[in-house]
Amino acid sequence: MAQADTLETIYALIAPLNKKGITLKPESTFASDLELDSLTVMDLVADIEDEFDIILPLNLLPDLETIGHVADAVEKITNKG
Amino acid sequence: MDLFDKFDPIVDLRASLPFKNTDPFKVVMDKILSETEAVIEGRHTILAGTNNYMGMTFYQEAIDAAKKALDDFGTGTTGSRVLNGTYGGHKALEATIADFYGMDHCMVFSTGYQANLGMISTLGGKDDFVIIDADSHASIYDACSLGNATVVRFKHNDIEHMEKRLKRLPADAGKLLVVEGIYSMLGDAAPLKEMLEVAKKYGCTTLVDEAHSMGFCGKNGRGVAEALGVEHLVDFFVGTFSKSVGTVGGFAVSNHPKFDVLRFVCRPYIFTASLPPSVIASATAAIEGIKRSGNRRAHLWANANQLHNGLKDLGFHLATQKAESAIIAVQVPDVQLGTKFWEQLLEEGVYVNMAAPPATPAGVFLMRVSVCAQHTSEQIETIIDRFKRTADIVGLNLK
Repeated sequence: MAQADTLETIYALIAPLNKKGITLKPESTFASDLELDSLTVMDLVADIEDEFDIILPLNLLPDLETIGHVADAVEKITNKG
Repeated sequence: MDLFDKFDPIVDLRASLPFKNTDPFKVVMDKILSETEAVIEGRHTILAGTNNYMGMTFYQEAIDAAKKALDDFGTGTTGSRVLNGTYGGHKALEATIADFYGMDHCMVFSTGYQANLGMISTLGGKDDFVIIDADSHASIYDACSLGNATVVRFKHNDIEHMEKRLKRLPADAGKLLVVEGIYSMLGDAAPLKEMLEVAKKYGCTTLVDEAHSMGFCGKNGRGVAEALGVEHLVDFFVGTFSKSVGTVGGFAVSNHPKFDVLRFVCRPYIFTASLPPSVIASATAAIEGIKRSGNRRAHLWANANQLHNGLKDLGFHLATQKAESAIIAVQVPDVQLGTKFWEQLLEEGVYVNMAAPPATPAGVFLMRVSVCAQHTSEQIETIIDRFKRTADIVGLNLK
């Protein structure tokens, strides 16, 4: 499970897109819970990349369904670097 | 479990569109009267959405060459390029294209889609990076899925966004930057000079897809890189015969000394039948023709500018500030109005492409018009008039 500060940083980036005002949790999904379309997700991915100064490869994206998945992926990449 | 159940949302979406009599998936061209006119549902229709930019589909020399090739070589090769499917004509076409681009090597593929699919999936290996624009054509995305490289995406035409990502990649890794000269949906040009200079600074190999710019961009019609004078920064050009060349097929050219090895390792090149001799012959004649077609190029640009200015003056919302290519994209606020507009315009006798997300960037809904060098300025004026009439009928507010 990802660190709290990683999750908080990602929550902050998602907040402006959280149109339904749901409570953000690691289990929240982008498609069903947040109802983000693929174009919005693309912009969000770019913001996360820039925030953490990493690359989230396109190949990885289909597996990242929840906020927790993304946070784990971010930490895996930052730790590797 | 019916495997087709997963498509139900798409079926429902299509059924929800307010089409009355026809829709874009039902359009059948019953007669092709010329490069610019057809009969659709019994109506005489101006074609303004066929990507036939240079109007080479009825180019006499191409037709004559194709007929002769049919008589001399038959209807098809029935084989792969690497088995029995390479005829003299295929080699001659490759030489013609290499000469056209002033490069050493050329490979001809059976479609433009396969040219991108093959080049990008083969060049980008498992330890390499492929860097693509977010608005890339489906063939580029599919190439990324087929290949094993790590795929990095940057915001459309955003040089700073691209550089930030290049900076994060290992300095010594293999990197392939893939961009298009003209993007097919909005018809906007890439800032190729700056992009290629930045890419080279970070050690990228560069591939430029000139599918929608070949024929009319640049003095000789080689594309946007020629127009901007940056061809020396391009390692691979990919292009198609299904637009300005007026038939079907694709190609890649390069000066790389090891280029020909791709014929042994590029699966979309190998595991498909080669193009029929008649297609090869007409493509060769059309490319020879395009070289000499300065007048067609000039008229095509005049048409694009006339259409852009005319629609802009009427208050239509256009995707680009000025005509950057032969594609003029008109934005319509939503899918309901868009479907009505498209159908009404067809009934007025103008065929354009209706384009909806996700094929379009940023969720926009488009009437995508592509002009042809063989459109007369009177036809362009008629298209503009019918856009205006259609807007009035369906209630599209103009600025």
